Amino acid sequence: MSKSYRDGLPISPEKFVDQLMRLKRGSIGRRDFLGLTGLGIATAVMAREIGIMPTPAFAAENLGDRMSIATWPNYHDPQTFENFKKDTGVAVEVNVFGSNEEMLAKLQAGASGWSLFVPTNYTISTYKKLGIIDPLDMAKLPNFDGSQEDPRFTSEGTIDGTTYAVPKNWGTTGFAVNTKKLTKPMTSWKEFWDTAMTEGDGRTMVHDYQLTTIGNALKYYGYSFNSLKQDELAKAEELLLKVKPHLFAVSSDYQPGMRAGDAWMTMCWTNDGAQLHRDIPEIAYVLGKEGGEIWTDFYAIPKDAPNKPAGYALLNYLMNPEVAVKEHLANGAPSTDARVNKLLPKEVLDNPILYPAADLLTPLEFGAAATLTDPGRAELMARFKSA
Amino acid sequence: MKRKTGGPMSAGLGAVFMRGNRFRHNFLTALLLAPATAWLVVFLVLPFIAIAVFSVGERAPEGGYQAAFTLAQYANLPARATAFWNTMMLAPVGALACLLVAYPVAYYLALKAPQRWRLILLALVVIPFWTSLLMRTYAWMYILGGRGIPALLAFIGIEDVRLINTPGAVLLGIVYGYLPLMILPIYVSLERLDRRLLEASADLGATPLSTFLGVTLKLSLPGVMTGFSLVMILLLGEYLIPTLLGGGKVFFIGNALVDLFLQSRNWPFGSAIAITLVAVSVVVLIAANRISTRVSGTRRVDLI
Repeated sequence: MSKSYRDGLPISPEKFVDQLMRLKRGSIGRRDFLGLTGLGIATAVMAREIGIMPTPAFAAENLGDRMSIATWPNYHDPQTFENFKKDTGVAVEVNVFGSNEEMLAKLQAGASGWSLFVPTNYTISTYKKLGIIDPLDMAKLPNFDGSQEDPRFTSEGTIDGTTYAVPKNWGTTGFAVNTKKLTKPMTSWKEFWDTAMTEGDGRTMVHDYQLTTIGNALKYYGYSFNSLKQDELAKAEELLLKVKPHLFAVSSDYQPGMRAGDAWMTMCWTNDGAQLHRDIPEIAYVLGKEGGEIWTDFYAIPKDAPNKPAGYALLNYLMNPEVAVKEHLANGAPSTDARVNKLLPKEVLDNPILYPAADLLTPLEFGAAATLTDPGRAELMARFKSA
Repeated sequence: MKRKTGGPMSAGLGAVFMRGNRFRHNFLTALLLAPATAWLVVFLVLPFIAIAVFSVGERAPEGGYQAAFTLAQYANLPARATAFWNTMMLAPVGALACLLVAYPVAYYLALKAPQRWRLILLALVVIPFWTSLLMRTYAWMYILGGRGIPALLAFIGIEDVRLINTPGAVLLGIVYGYLPLMILPIYVSLERLDRRLLEASADLGATPLSTFLGVTLKLSLPGVMTGFSLVMILLLGEYLIPTLLGGGKVFFIGNALVDLFLQSRNWPFGSAIAITLVAVSVVVLIAANRISTRVSGTRRVDLI
């Protein structure tokens, strides 16, 4: 990197347009928009701007001057990466994704360029099987303390005694309701689907994601969220096809619709539920009493990571409870780490969206690897969407 | 025709010279075509071959591609029949809607607009096209969403109107997105129109309407056909607008492809659909060209 006279100056209009065009030339997947508008563009511009500044001399190990991480939209405190850059001289480029399958597709294709990424529990065994993630060298992660982690959430990071991934946070999949528009109190998936066809007609959203949409339809009948049984899936399909004409949208980008008041009810992940409720108090987050999904997002390092030292350094940094607590305050998802929970303010720990009552958590199931890759469920989803 | 070489005396010499010339000519042609050919081979032919190979393969257990030779993917095409059907309906309807909006605009630009305004007006048609379709479609999401037009309607007492995620919103997005592609070819063919024909028609007693139908419209048909097939071919692969403005409830072949490659990661089936889509597009293009040649003789406006 040569040092130019422009260093340290704010971005010029030409450069901004250049950057925008560079992003525009990339793919324009519907979900890429999240990346283009949100963290993606901000950090890409930032990383480029910051990245051309000289590396501080005190960077102990040779960490290079940049690395990239693949993660979810609105999932980090941007300040975290700024501080990491200040401490180590490594600029972090953030790639935002919409689904685990997209991440898997990109890693499988090779040369993703990521040195750290955030997979969900049910994909880790698949990554290990395909041999595209490294076992973690725990000696490089002194900030991680396995004894402080809740094993309920963290067990899927370890396969046959080898740790492949360490947890970021956990969460649940429930539904969000605008209680001003839909006043009848709801507590179950049965009520969710029935309301979608009556009072919530034309105002209900389901995920564009077979795992949760089919899983929660199975819950209507009390079947397992992960069911692969023909007859049970047939019942779920029948329900989904019946509900389809009443839906507002089939989309995993549900915050805009809920915020604008176009949608009154949607399938929803914990962190989105917390964000919606925080900004619009009449939006409530409900866990179906029949059960549903519980999940944990992990950090893992790809086998072909171009900058493993920086990947480990950032991971270790993120495992520092002082840092992690800010991450949790920013993204709103609950922590698996007892040390972090100790640092979180009382109102966060008392928030039933983040830390639901034990009796609601008991029936929840972790998504299974087979559920995600099952071709039968994929075809069912296609029939539902094309109906 | 002028002869290049001198008299009959130099004929033998000339033949040798000509041969050298032809060689040089061919060499130059090859050289000039090489970059485009290399580009097309690397970015069109090779990927197409890869897709064709994938399409006779099998889905690996964890998704992706596994080598095989089977026509099972093609046999499975009826599983996406609805998507094909939706696309085959959307493409002509969308193109027709586009045409109905575009023709008056092109007519005004080419024949009615004052000369000094023409360039500015044309620029106004084209400039929005420089912005990504994604950005413009997202803007429509906000205009049609609850905080846009419905909020204004609520202000004057019409409550709870829903515009976004309706078929009407999809059609609006399509017309808006592809309008310049329809206006420009029609404009070009109307602009080339010989005005004396219109005067002659009027002199011979035709009403303005019959002049329009008998002369103007007929002579602009090549432009209409070009615009129509251009928009229709792009609509055959459309997936963005139905997803964003239709709420993902309407499933087109483009949406099926995205799901198969990025979600269920069934690359072989996705490839088979992609190959079929290419075949369908070629058939549509040939048919459109045939029709346009038949209705308008040999004159054509080539923008593609």
